[in-house]
Formats: sequence, structure tokens, C-alpha cells
Amino acid sequence: MSIHTKTIAQLAQGLKDKDFSSVEITQHYLDRIKQSDLNAFITVTDELAMTQAQAADEKIATGNAGILTGIPYAHKDIFCTQGVKTSAGSKMLDNFISPYDATVSHQLNQTDLVMLGKTNMDEFAMGSSNENSFYGAVKNPWDKSKIPGGSSGGSAASVAGGLSCFATGTDTGGSIRQPASLCGITGLKPTYGRVSRYGMIAYASSLDQAGPMTKTAEDAAIVLNAMAGFDEKDSTSAEQEVPDYTANLNDSIKGLTIGLPKEFFSDGLDDEVATQIMSAVKEFEAMGATVKEVSLPNSAYAIPTYYIVAPCECSSNLSRMDGVRYGYRCENPKDLEDLYLRSRSEGFGEEVKRRIMIGAYALSAGYYDAYYLKAQKTRHLISDDFKKAFKEVDVIMGPVSPTTAFDLGSVKDPVSMYLADIYTLSANLAGLPGMSIPAGFSKKLPVGLQLIGDYWSESKLLNIAHQFQLQTDWHAQSPQEN
Amino acid sequence: MEWETVIGLEIHAQLNTKSKIFSSASTEFGQAPNSQACAVDLGLPGVLPVLNVEAVNKAIKFGLAVDAHINQRNIFDRKNYFYPDLPKGYQISQMDLPIVGEGIIEITLGDEIKKVGITRAHLEEDAGKSVHDMFNDFSAIDLNRAGTPLLEIVSDPDMRNAKEAVAYAKKIHALVQYIDICDGNMQEGSFRCDANVSIRPMGQEELGTRAELKNINSFKFLERAINLEVERQQDILEEGGSVVQETRLYDAVKHQTRSMRSKEEANDYRYFPDPDLLPVEITDELIASIKTDLPELPVEKKARFIAELGLNEYDADVLTSQKSLADYFETMLKGNEKNAKLCANWVMGELSASLNKNQLEIDQSPVSAQDLSQLISRIGDDTISGKIAKDVFKAMWDGEGSADSIIESKGLKQMTDTGAIEAIVDDIIANNSAQVEQFKSGNEKILGFFVGQAMKASQGKANPKLLNELLRKKLS
Repeated sequence: MSIHTKTIAQLAQGLKDKDFSSVEITQHYLDRIKQSDLNAFITVTDELAMTQAQAADEKIATGNAGILTGIPYAHKDIFCTQGVKTSAGSKMLDNFISPYDATVSHQLNQTDLVMLGKTNMDEFAMGSSNENSFYGAVKNPWDKSKIPGGSSGGSAASVAGGLSCFATGTDTGGSIRQPASLCGITGLKPTYGRVSRYGMIAYASSLDQAGPMTKTAEDAAIVLNAMAGFDEKDSTSAEQEVPDYTANLNDSIKGLTIGLPKEFFSDGLDDEVATQIMSAVKEFEAMGATVKEVSLPNSAYAIPTYYIVAPCECSSNLSRMDGVRYGYRCENPKDLEDLYLRSRSEGFGEEVKRRIMIGAYALSAGYYDAYYLKAQKTRHLISDDFKKAFKEVDVIMGPVSPTTAFDLGSVKDPVSMYLADIYTLSANLAGLPGMSIPAGFSKKLPVGLQLIGDYWSESKLLNIAHQFQLQTDWHAQSPQEN
Repeated sequence: MEWETVIGLEIHAQLNTKSKIFSSASTEFGQAPNSQACAVDLGLPGVLPVLNVEAVNKAIKFGLAVDAHINQRNIFDRKNYFYPDLPKGYQISQMDLPIVGEGIIEITLGDEIKKVGITRAHLEEDAGKSVHDMFNDFSAIDLNRAGTPLLEIVSDPDMRNAKEAVAYAKKIHALVQYIDICDGNMQEGSFRCDANVSIRPMGQEELGTRAELKNINSFKFLERAINLEVERQQDILEEGGSVVQETRLYDAVKHQTRSMRSKEEANDYRYFPDPDLLPVEITDELIASIKTDLPELPVEKKARFIAELGLNEYDADVLTSQKSLADYFETMLKGNEKNAKLCANWVMGELSASLNKNQLEIDQSPVSAQDLSQLISRIGDDTISGKIAKDVFKAMWDGEGSADSIIESKGLKQMTDTGAIEAIVDDIIANNSAQVEQFKSGNEKILGFFVGQAMKASQGKANPKLLNELLRKKLS
């Protein structure tokens, strides 16, 4: 087994047993990144990585290493990292070297991880294919003519392609789960408020949530332990105790009640994807779970609701990118108006501008009630559907994405692209935790199974996912390399 | 035609918290540009606001002081617009659910007391400052002020002339200092007034179109700007034109207002609840504890001065019109309670006159409250007369020492020895027989002549009461 297919737990054991050093595995990953044509990274921090690896090796030598000490990971380029370019995939921030660390960056640093670099992403996390990056599209390691999903496409490709042991992601409407699904890895979007948003460049503040993208559920639990927690710098982070997410991985799931929302198995779902999902559900039944049909009637409105709430918030969140204090500034502005207009026209990509325009329109006088307020009401209804369902079932399962990874450049119409998020948006609108775990293949492309849990049920989701991964080996598959 | 003026004020009071409303940066005034702006104030990518509870407490304090409804669940909204000194491209403010709801405050106009309604008061962050005159080719931005907490206090359109508006503004100005939520410094911009002014034909119910006057940084300018605006609107309407709704800037140097932007040009601020901040929940317990800690309010102090010190309405009103004035007066009262009226007269008379003449505020007075109190005691115990006291006060003002030391060193102690005064009186009567005759034939006024002579002879030190008694006795 080669280094880059090992999990965190396996690398940690190897480091402890002196099978290899952090410097060696870090160099191994850096070499692979250099040879890779996936375009998964925007910035490779090789010097920093080697320094961190040496420090980690020293720590390991003293016997004080933690589970993450010396493990090489990839950090989504949406998290501010002090002294390192933080672009959010945008020309707007191509010259932005963050003067401070995001809380997540800081917490990960505290565990002596090795940061290999910052991963490619859809600009400001807006996209489902990673084609909206100023730094170019990312390729899916399973088939380089396909998209990896988005917006955390670089992170997903880096883990699936063996360019990092794990990666961080953020999920506003599916941006961890969908690329995890399309790249065949494990991705967890925690409950809203579980992980601090401080220093994570905001797309839609009420929906954004960071989480781990890993090879296994066990790894996701290990990384979530490092990421989760209350942060006094983020008023929306929850003062909720952080359990040890690895503690309950081995609990039996006998007697688990799985809810299958009928709305998640409707017309748009690809037949082969549906088949894989149902066989995964069968696997759970074999493990002692029972299955029940549930209904989430308002999930039909998830797409219009999301595509009002998120643009409204982003239209305001991105106002600070004005060419005045940092970021891209147009050349020779003739006056203030020109400075704003050209800096923003030239600095933002098409999809970002589209969403800013939608949001500004929906918030403007005379339209606010019809759009923003209506969307907020619908959002409540969507949450209520889940609350009702969780009175009857322990977990909701379904597909992550209606199809497997599609061809790069094949979806040109934005609305068609938005439809790719149909199964993931509801969890964000309700603030619920969701996961994607590998559940099979369709035409050699990975299919992900989505698990949605009740608030603060991350331990339960990880337990369910881990138990599944003990019985299956979909998660252990790697793409062929030539 | 006879016109009625309608005025409402929007007052921005900078709350005197140590740190900013959504960051931990200092709010100190006058520091080097951009030295007090942290990552949050700069609006860097990824930063988030965290509400300073001190600002909330101070807003509640204000609400309780104007008997207002406190919205125990209130919400911060984003007011979106682009300006270089607004780092995030939006200002965090409160729109639909402000922290303070309807309240009321009393203002005094001569003998009349008028109630002015407070529509609402809400918390918001201040913007930074654009500096246009420092460099030739570009403007500069100082973000030290960005994120300073403001309480915007909006009045009902209850004022009917500039004087009322000034009285209201002064009342709020005094109140925020009394309850220690704002330093009230208008020069530094800690207390700013915008006035909404409209006129309508007398008797008409419907309000006229208003103009909002901005950039007013003193009470004097407030009065001038309003009067100017009323004239401007009258001229327009009387010539058959119509007033446009707009924002006008007051120029104190040219003494004119000029249009800044009309309603048509106004921004659509696209308000919506700030998703980075949770709704503010205020408990009954918090309100109760702030209420308990509330200091004596001006209106309560005034009532106490009347009831307990026997001051009249006017004196009590003047003495409570500024916290610093009331503090000075109350310091004087310590040990001098029985001379309260005398203290009041001196603060409002000699002291105020001297301060005005030298353009000093009361907290800059060279004569401290303790020292002035000592002087009043010497009048009260007949050590010196009121007239001599004025000379002593002048010496104190000039820094010659305390009342007692000046009285001592200049030998100004009143003559209370009956024998000594009697000798002077006898002497004067003996040397002025013609005037004695006049008095005896019924000319009472001539008594003043004798008093004057006696005072002159005693170098002003004779006890006036004693002197009068003796003169009358000897002359009749």
C-alpha cells in the first residue's frame, strides 16, 4: 500500500512506528502534486510544508505527537491563512495575502498538521462543477474529462487523486457533499454553528459551514475533532459541547431507522445512481436497520429558496471587495464610480456577478417581501419538514447528486447547473448536518450516498458511515493512474 | 399666509464604550490615522462582527431614561451602500426592530413645559472618515472611527420652531451625559444633530415636504440652519413653487444650506437582517438591574431642588440643564445646605458671568466648587458682606488663594463690634448736621447717604444690618 492511499489513522501509526517520517510523506505528496495535472491546487506551500513536517518529526521524536501531527493535508483556499495567498478562487483576491488566520486554520495549526497548499474552488464557493475558478477548472481523478463537483472541487480531487491525506471544505448548498460524492470520498457538513466561520471568506453567511473531506468516516471524525468548537469571534457558532467524534464509531447500528424521502427519488434522478443508493440501503438493512418512507414536501422549493437567500447574502458579503483597501483594483480609475464599477466588473467572474445581481434585485425596495421574506418563510417550512421526519426516523438517506460527474464544459445553462444541487440544499437551509459516503460506481464513476441527521448528530452520522465502511470497500477504491 | 414649522431631530450620540461596537479595537479619539482599526474594522475577507454588550447596556439605559419601551428582542440589519470610508460596503444598523421604542422627554421653554415624543433609538456603527484636503492628487481614509458605537435617537416631529428644537437637543445632550453614555463633545463629533424641517399652512393637518439638514455641529448652528431653511421653504412656497424632499448640508461659514442629494438620487439601501449576528435578546433581569443603577435623572434632580432646597422652577431648571453645572452646584451644597439659594444665585450670577466672559466651560472654572462654597459660607456667617464677597471672588478667580486666606490677608473681615460702628456713626452724625435735619423732617432717602459715609469710613467692612440699626436709633 502506498503512502497516498493511507488514511490519517494509518499514517499516524506509521509515523509513530518510524516506518516513515513526516518529511518523507510530505515530500511524497509534494512530488505527486508537482506531477499532477488535476489543477487541484491554487497555491502549493512547499517550503512551509517542509518546515512544518520537520517540526512535526521533532515532536514525534519527543513522544508528544497527537493523531494529526505531521499529517499532510490540503486547505480550501477560502480559509484565511496568515502570510499565504487566500484567493477564494477569484481574480479579485489573486493578490490577497491574508494578514490573519481563520479560526479553522488556527485550530488545525495547533494540531501540528502539515499544510501542503490551498485548493482550487469555484470562485467565492459559487458553483457545482469547479469550472467557475479564476485558476481554471479542476479535473476529476476518476476521469479527467469530467468535473470533480464544486465548490470544494480542488479539495475533493486532491483527496481522491492522492495529493493529500485529507482536505478541508466548505458547504453552503452542497459544496462538501457533492464533490465528495462525485470524487468517491467521504465528506461531512456539520450542523450550522458547529465550526467557526471566522476567517472563512463568506459566501452566504446563514448557510456556510466548514467540514472535513477525507478517505474514511473515521478520518472525518478525527478531523472534525480538530475543527469543531465554539468561537467567541463568530456570534453564530454554538456554545455546544464538542464530543470526541471517534468515540462512538464502533457502536452497533442495529435497530437504526432510516428515512427515505420520496421527493429524493423523483424523475430527475439517474437510474443507475438510484440503483446504487438502493443497494446501499439494502446493506444497512442487512446490518439490522429498518427503512421507512418519509416526506419532505417543501424540499421541492429548496432550489428557488436557496437561490434567493444565498445571492441576497452574497450580494452584501462581497461588497467589501471594492478595490479600495485590498484585492484587485482596475487600472487608472477616472473617479470613484469608475473605480468601483471597473474593479468589480473586471475582478469578479460571470457566476459571481450573476448572483450579486440576483441578490441585489431581490433585496431592493418593492421586491424584498416577495423574494427575501418569502424565501425565509419557505426556509422555515423546509426545516419543519425535517423536524417532523426526525420524530420518526434516526437518519435520512438518499442520493447526493442526481447524476455522476458530468463532462467538463457540458453544462452551459446556469439553471441546469443549479439543479445539480437539488438534494443537498435542504440540509443547508435547515442547518442540519449531512454527509456523503462512497456507495458504488456507475459507469466507472463514483456514486455518493447522502446521510442527513438531526441537529448536533455528527457522532451518529459518523458512526453510521463508519459501520457501512466496515462492511463495504467503495471508500477504499482509488482511481487508476497511468 | 401664516405658516407653521414642523421639526423632527435625528441625533447621533456616540456611546462612550472602551471598544468598538463589533470589534475589540479602541474607540479613543485623536489617535494616528488607522492605528485603531483592526481586521474587523478594515472589513477584511472572512472577518465577523461580535456585539459589544456595553453598547447594548448603554442603549437600554437611554431607553429607561426617556421612559421608552425596550424591545427585548431586537435585530441588526445591514444598510448596503458603497463609500470608501465604509469598509464592508454596508453599515450594521437597526431597521425594523430597534432596541429602544417609543419614549418621551420634557423640554422647558420659559415657563412652559412641552413634551416631545421619541420615535425610537437604535444602535449602529459609525463609518470612517474620508480626508479630501490632506493630499493633492488623492483622498485619504482614516478608519479609526469605523465601528464606533452610535445611538441614533429619532424624535417625533413635535417641535414648532428652532428654539424648541434647540431646547430638545440640549435636553438630550444633557441627558446622555447625566446617564454617562456619551461624552457630548460636539466638536469631536460625539454628538451630532440632523434636523428634518418642513412647513405647512397654519391649521393644516398634513405635513409639508421636508428637507433633512446635516452637518450641524453646535446648538447655535442648529438654530440658524433651521431658521434659514424655514425662510427658504417659505420663499419657495409663497412664489408658488414646491419644496423637494432632499438632504441639505449646512455651511456655517457661508451661513447657507446647499442640496446634497434629492430623494430620487437617494440610495436603495437594501436593508436585510445581518446573518452574522443573532437577534439581541434582553432579559427582564438585565433591564431591572440597569434601572437600579440608573443615576438621578435631570427631571428628578430638578424636582428635588425645588422640594428640598426651596429653589424656584427657573433656578432649578437652569442648574440641572447640564450635568457639569448640577455637579458643581451640588458640590458647593456640601455643608452649605442652608445657603442653597445663595449658592444658586452665585453659580447663576457671578460665576456664570465670569465663565461667559472668558468663554470657559464650568469644568474649566479657575474657582472650584469647594472654594466657592467656602466663600458662600463666609457670607452666610456674616464674616463678609455680599458686596465684599464680589471682590473676594475676583481675587479667587485671579488665583490669589482661597476665600478665607484672601479675607484674612486683605483684612476684609466684617466689622461686627457695635462699639466701633457706633463711634463711626456718631462721628458722621456730628459732621453732617444738615443731612440730619433733612432726615428728621421726613426724608427717608437720606439714610442711604449715612450708610455710604459709614461704609466708606469702615472701608466697606461694617456689618450692614448692624449699621442700619444703629443709624436709625441715633437719628431718631
